[in-house]
Amino acid sequence: MIQENLLLTLALLPFVAALATTTLSAQAHGAAAWVSGLLLAAGLAILGILHGPIAAGQVLHSTIRWVPSLGLNLTFRIDAFVWLFVTLVLGIAILVLIYARYYLSKNDPVPRFYAFLMLFTGAMMGMLLSGNILMLVVFWELTSILSFLLIGYWHQGQAARDGARMALIVTGLGGLCLLVAMLLLGKIVGSYDLDRVLDSGDLVRNHPLYPAVLTLFLLGCFTKSAQMPFHFWLPGAMAAPTPVSAFLHSATMVKAGVFLLVRFSPVLGQTEMWFFAVTGTGMATLLLGALIALFRHDLKGLLAYSTISHLGLITALAGIGSSGAILAAIFHIVNHAIFKASLFMAAGIIDHETGTRDMRRLSGLMRFMPVTGSLAIVASASMAGVPLLNGFLSKEMFFAEAADWHNGTWLDNSLPWIATLAGVFAVAYSLRFIATVFFGPPPVDLPHQPHEPPAWMRRPVEALVLLCLIVGMLPGLTLGPTLNQAAQAILGPDLPYKNIAIWHGVNLPLIMSLVALAGGVALYALFGTRIAAGPEGPPLMHHFRAQKLFERLILLLTWKWPRSLYQFIGTERLQPQLRLVVLVALTVATVTLWGVLHPAAEALSTPLNPAFAAMWLVGGSCAVGAAWMAKYHRFAALVLLGGAGAVTCLTFAWLSAPDLAVTQLLVEIVTTALLLLGLRWLPKRREEIAEDKLRPARVRRARDLLLALIAGVGLATLAFVMMTYPLVPSVGDWFLRNAYKEGGGTNVVNVILVDFRAFDTFGEITVLAVVAVTVYALLRRFRPDPESLALPEPQDAVAQKSLAETLLVPAVIMRWMFPVLLVLAAYLFFRGHDLPGGGFSAGVTLSIAFLLQYLAHDVRWVEARLTVLPIRWIGIGLLISGLTGVGAFVLGYPFLTAHAQYVELPLVGQVPAATALLFDTGVFALVVGATVLMLIAIAHQSLRMARLRERDAPQPEKEAA
Amino acid sequence: MEFVLSAAIGVLAASGIWLLLRPRTFQVIIGLCLLSYAVNLFIFAMGRLWLGAPPIMPRGGFVNPAAYADPMPQALVLTAIVISFATTALFLVVIIVSRGMTGTDHVDGQER
Repeated sequence: MIQENLLLTLALLPFVAALATTTLSAQAHGAAAWVSGLLLAAGLAILGILHGPIAAGQVLHSTIRWVPSLGLNLTFRIDAFVWLFVTLVLGIAILVLIYARYYLSKNDPVPRFYAFLMLFTGAMMGMLLSGNILMLVVFWELTSILSFLLIGYWHQGQAARDGARMALIVTGLGGLCLLVAMLLLGKIVGSYDLDRVLDSGDLVRNHPLYPAVLTLFLLGCFTKSAQMPFHFWLPGAMAAPTPVSAFLHSATMVKAGVFLLVRFSPVLGQTEMWFFAVTGTGMATLLLGALIALFRHDLKGLLAYSTISHLGLITALAGIGSSGAILAAIFHIVNHAIFKASLFMAAGIIDHETGTRDMRRLSGLMRFMPVTGSLAIVASASMAGVPLLNGFLSKEMFFAEAADWHNGTWLDNSLPWIATLAGVFAVAYSLRFIATVFFGPPPVDLPHQPHEPPAWMRRPVEALVLLCLIVGMLPGLTLGPTLNQAAQAILGPDLPYKNIAIWHGVNLPLIMSLVALAGGVALYALFGTRIAAGPEGPPLMHHFRAQKLFERLILLLTWKWPRSLYQFIGTERLQPQLRLVVLVALTVATVTLWGVLHPAAEALSTPLNPAFAAMWLVGGSCAVGAAWMAKYHRFAALVLLGGAGAVTCLTFAWLSAPDLAVTQLLVEIVTTALLLLGLRWLPKRREEIAEDKLRPARVRRARDLLLALIAGVGLATLAFVMMTYPLVPSVGDWFLRNAYKEGGGTNVVNVILVDFRAFDTFGEITVLAVVAVTVYALLRRFRPDPESLALPEPQDAVAQKSLAETLLVPAVIMRWMFPVLLVLAAYLFFRGHDLPGGGFSAGVTLSIAFLLQYLAHDVRWVEARLTVLPIRWIGIGLLISGLTGVGAFVLGYPFLTAHAQYVELPLVGQVPAATALLFDTGVFALVVGATVLMLIAIAHQSLRMARLRERDAPQPEKEAA
Repeated sequence: MEFVLSAAIGVLAASGIWLLLRPRTFQVIIGLCLLSYAVNLFIFAMGRLWLGAPPIMPRGGFVNPAAYADPMPQALVLTAIVISFATTALFLVVIIVSRGMTGTDHVDGQER
């Protein structure tokens, strides 16, 4: 139990560190480094505690039941291999933190860097510790995203942005492939649990889907570990701050790919396909990476290609897959992380203290920074594979594996030759790094005068180089047992212990090492100066850059092809889009209903009332008339629309829906008023548009008419068939039975709205509030067309006066209507729960009362006497409804649970007093506010324009006065 | 009754869709109003037609659901009426502002 909790804590620590660093101020470099460093050190302590049981061969698990009903668990698992890897990650992370503390300038924002770095560490550790292969992919993708953020940390620079984007695209796509591979793997094995997958090697290898799984899996690993031909993102990622490069490209990011290769080699490996794909790619990468590294002039570029090459070496070992190869792969993962991190840091120090990373400008630095220089020389020697250093040991083991006979294929036979050749290049580029940077004449014309860095900036490098030496000289005492345990964790507990020694006698691997050393020195001595003078890349190959190809491909895929596709089939015009919408709706309806829609056997039939038919004769004519008139006679169209609306309203009343009738009637009034106010701001249109008489316009109209007719006939048929089908019992019956018992109201529709489905109503009134505020906001900065600025004809002074006289009687009546409407609104509101009415209709009624005052009088007259603050009405209404809902929480019920009871009021009698009524009050207030706000906002435009006119032309106004 | 109502729905929908495909903003807004009548009536009619049986209950006692109109489509349509009012208002303001900004009442913001 304690171990389980420790494991969970371990996985959580970097995320805690990330959270803590985000709260720090932007300049707190020291604090951020301390906080994250101490938390990670605590992680190392936990690893120390866990070492005992793990060294004994135990596998520790810790599971959080996440969604147990779906069988989804967060499982963490640690064995000796993972233990070694996590220790490596944490150790290097701490050193990188110390280094970054001194590397970053005061102006670099702290929280972003440390939080991202810690999140990345957390993601990497999560990936290593995952006990579930889907969870593993999630953490895997997280490392891709965070590496994007880290590489792009200096986002002001174009190179950083490009590098970050490229890394994300390549590794992200690989991650998708890996996800599919894991899904397939889970399907084949029948479980996503890592232990079960690792035990199912035979099942997976004999499955017909094996080639597909293998391909996708390898795409994921190769993109992450920068194997050819996906290597190009790694040099681009060198635009990152050096601490990031030192971390991502030594122990973490790129090692995630080889980690998976090694981890899954017992499941997917041991086939010829695996050998050719993995070892072949690894060897090609090893050779080409080393070759290109030799020709890079940029320090970090050289290290980047060297990293690619070393990853190729590890990949090749994973592909060979024998017990010795796996051991060598793990060993080289550790060694490479140690020497490459120190080299990146050393390159960062050189860049930091001299201002350049160009090896053609750097020279003779040994004079200015002897300590850093010595450290870098030891680390490079380790990278080259010089005896007595850790790099030599694992490289020797690799040479031994390459020379061994495995399966006798041409690839197997050529392994020793390729390995030795790559070794020659590795020695040459290591030598070039040392010789050009630290030896030779003193540098001229550097941006800064070179000197030693602050002592603590060098400490991490010193620690790592010390490790190179200790491991290199005492391999059996230091890493030997741990490596063997790790190999056992991968290949099985009965693996024989393999001793790691420096001296095996004069054998083939040693000869290969010596050839590589001699060849490398000779190569550099012969061609060193020509390489420095030449282009940045091997002969012939520097014209051919994978990065350029990738960028061209991305440009094609994300810009050129979509643009031409858009030009070919897209449109910015609304009409074709709407036509398409209608067509799609028609097609979908036809396809789904074809052959399914039959008239009912025993059709329902309500006896026809001729008055109803006559009513709809009028209503239908109004609708067609409105369609006919809407272009040239807007006012007429509006009146006809009102006619169709009135008939709809009567239909509701006729067919037992009094609530709908009331609401429809009130909304109809408000809508018409709104549209009337809006008409003022549309252009005048009296004479016909000439184009409309031409042939294309006629064809268009005929086509649209056909479409409309088909849709109308279809909808009518559908409606008729549905209406005549006998009613199946539905949820409506439940509402009818329980409205009074549960909701305390007799008007079932209202009870549904304010009680049973109050949450929907809450959402609906929120929409109303949002729309009202949007309308208000849109109109605040409204600038009308100059044409609409002119006074409408009847508004000149004389006409206006006579208009006021004509309207005198109606105006007085409308003023009197105000209290009457107030009473009507109150009446509708209170009876709502039991009889047709309710908060919504009451609210619209009240806003009509206000509207009438605006209609009867001048805006200024009304506002001098009556202050409506619609936005407050809206806010208070929303608040009341929301608080009523929250009130249920307080009493221990879910949101918006209503309570109902009747209260006896003097004089009035029994009044329903449900909490739903309180909710309805909120609805009421909000509807009043929203409706009035919209009407006033539009009505006020005339006032604003009048003010504008007065301001623009004060002279004529005065004359008129 | 059923035949008349479904024909009515058809006529409203056809007029609405025809207007929806027209080039002038005012035509489109009228079309949307007509279309919303048609759709509201359609949803409402899914509860079948009832004469003189509004869903208003006696207080207490046994309730026979078969004797009342289906309240469910009515509640849905009530919501739909409110929302279509809101969208109409919003659309109206958008067309007014668009006309102010572009100087035309064509749906694309420019004459074709």
